[in-house]
Amino acid sequence: MTTSAKPHAIEVNNLVVSNGDVTAVRGVSFTIPQGGRMGLVGESGSGKSMTALALMGLLPMGWNTHGNILHDGVDLVTQSDKALSSRRGRTLSMVFQDPLSSLNPVRRVGDQISSVIRRHTGADRKVAEAQTIELIKQMNLPRPEQLVRAYPHEISGGQRQRIMIAMALACYPQLIIADEPTTALDVTVQKQVLRLLNGAVRDRGSALLMITHDLPIIAAMCDTVAVMYAGRIVEIGPVQEVFRNPRHHYTRGLLDSQPTMDNIALDGSSRLVSIPGMVPPLHSLPTGCAFNPRCPAATDKCRETMPELGSNGVSAACWHPIQTAGEVAAQ
Amino acid sequence: MSAVTPFPADARPLLEVRQLSQVYNLNRQKLFAPRPKLKVLDSIDFSVRPGEAVGLVGESGSGKTTLTRMLTGVERPGEGQVLYDGVDVWTGGEAHEKLFRRSVQVVLQNPRSSLDPRMRVGTSLLEPLRSLRIEGDHAARVLEVLDQVGLDKNALERFPHEFSGGQLQRIAIARALMPGPKVLIADEPVSALDVSIQAQVLNLLKDLVRDLGLSLVFIAHDLSVVAYTTSKVYVMSSGKIVEVGKPLDLFRNPQAEATQALVGAVLSVEAGLAGSALA
Ligand SMILES: Nc1ncnc2c1ncn2[C@@H]1O[C@H](COP(=O)(O)OP(=O)(O)OP(=O)(O)O)[C@@H](O)[C@H]1O
Ligand SMILES: Nc1ncnc2c1ncn2[C@@H]1O[C@H](COP(=O)(O)OP(=O)(O)OP(=O)(O)O)[C@@H](O)[C@H]1O
Ligand code: SF4
Ligand SMILES: [Mg+2]
Ligand SMILES: [Mg+2]
Repeated sequence: MTTSAKPHAIEVNNLVVSNGDVTAVRGVSFTIPQGGRMGLVGESGSGKSMTALALMGLLPMGWNTHGNILHDGVDLVTQSDKALSSRRGRTLSMVFQDPLSSLNPVRRVGDQISSVIRRHTGADRKVAEAQTIELIKQMNLPRPEQLVRAYPHEISGGQRQRIMIAMALACYPQLIIADEPTTALDVTVQKQVLRLLNGAVRDRGSALLMITHDLPIIAAMCDTVAVMYAGRIVEIGPVQEVFRNPRHHYTRGLLDSQPTMDNIALDGSSRLVSIPGMVPPLHSLPTGCAFNPRCPAATDKCRETMPELGSNGVSAACWHPIQTAGEVAAQ
Repeated sequence: MSAVTPFPADARPLLEVRQLSQVYNLNRQKLFAPRPKLKVLDSIDFSVRPGEAVGLVGESGSGKTTLTRMLTGVERPGEGQVLYDGVDVWTGGEAHEKLFRRSVQVVLQNPRSSLDPRMRVGTSLLEPLRSLRIEGDHAARVLEVLDQVGLDKNALERFPHEFSGGQLQRIAIARALMPGPKVLIADEPVSALDVSIQAQVLNLLKDLVRDLGLSLVFIAHDLSVVAYTTSKVYVMSSGKIVEVGKPLDLFRNPQAEATQALVGAVLSVEAGLAGSALA
């Protein structure tokens, strides 16, 4: 971790996010190298957005952060609000889950982008406006000169999402966090937006943290993936390994729940595998592994003691990790 | 749905639209200019037979939701007919209209916004019976329906915010089942849900079609989700039906340009791992 000469785009150590009452993120650690792309998946309420908001210094009132978030030579956890605010949009930026509520409804979209550029680069109005048009062109948006003058409600959902991405990319940040950037879009627009984000991140050399519950998006966009369950990372590793040979039973369940043209419809009698039950509420987590009430492989040990990542020599927090075909054959 | 068709292939359609068209007036561009018109539905023929599950797919803005508004009788078509059990629902008389309204029920995309947050679940479930003025043992009906969707009766006393998205969608399905419908129309019922919960809801819809002999009209952007739930799929584009077929045939051999675009845009984990998903 420390041998590489280049610092990481971000290094998160034992991040805890709580409001005194409940703990939404319970000790999360990961690193994303410069230009790296990590996916964060997990069920609704597992703490993905809270992790992202902690990184941005944008947690809702009453929530606080413990642990370290190392980025651009500083620990963000110890930074003042003012210092954090001057970073947002500059060294790290975020595309939010809901573009309509995160764009200002009464300001033209072009002004919103160019003010980000002016604030962080000190460019004058003319330069910033020219850069804005350029960005909008890169986003493959129609009629850029006209579009900058539109208000958020005057453009379609897919166009708005691309404006958000343009804004996040405006100042060539080291890290871009994208929280469910395409859930509201139809498949054709979704693919277009993902392609744009993909190319823009690559061209800028930015690192990407992609948050979604959509596994195909992670497979298309990321090189590593972290799977969250009830506030913890339960499995982490290269996408190719985790998706081909999941070790944690929750990861396996997620992959099996995915409808694909291979597991459906040949005779119509197929059924999707679904994970029984639901995510436990944060205020009454089961002891031991939080997944144990839903896990087909749970034993007494799982119900008593919480497994840590790597406790079995694999990058899954599981007492009985799923064996690979190779391991099974070796027995 | 299964290899053995649960209905005779020549069965009469239960719900059908014939040559349906609808035109909307858009905003004027200038003060005295004529209002531009948009043909949102253009000569649509669509039908579902008893016990059949059909899918409806198409890009955003193609007219899917507008068509469901016609199928559920929320909106009267400008041209063409909506038939329930062979009889026009707008001219077939009051008794037939009442039968139609209780027999065709709808489940919407976002269960959080389709259930009243201030109402206990039990009250929400009774609501359709009250508004359709359906008589009978309502308490027994509630328990029967809860059982069909796999919910416990202690759900009745609770409020929507106390449930997860998947449970709320079960509640929304339960509410649609209350009047004892023959046709269930689901407009993007799982796109707001997590993958693992999606699977639970899709399996539930499939079971309801099989066990209750329901007809299902299933609307979605994602062809693989539609293919899992239905045996026949209509593809819409710009207000027209451009292709109809079995899901697998549409996937393997899409004919219409709109179908090809939809099939080409479906992302899969496999394509992602192979590095070809965004090509
Ligand atoms: N403002 C808030 N006040 C109280 N609890 C909150 C607040 N925001 C989030 N939570 C709780 O924190 C936990 C983590 O939520 P978070 O938004 O991080 O989930 P997520 O993984 O992003 O889910 P989703 O996929 O639904 O976006 C959840 O249990 C949620 O109920
Ligand atoms: N009341 C209205 N007045 C004018 N135009 C309308 C009205 N309602 C819908 N439209 C237009 O009709 C077209 C079809 O809309 P509809 O909601 O049926 O699409 P859809 O296929 O359901 O799309 P989505 O997948 O985005 O839900 C769109 O171009 C829409 O802008
Ligand atoms: S630790 Fe036990 S309960 Fe948790 S995932 Fe592993 S086998 Fe299942
Ligand atoms: Mg979130
Ligand atoms: Mg719609």
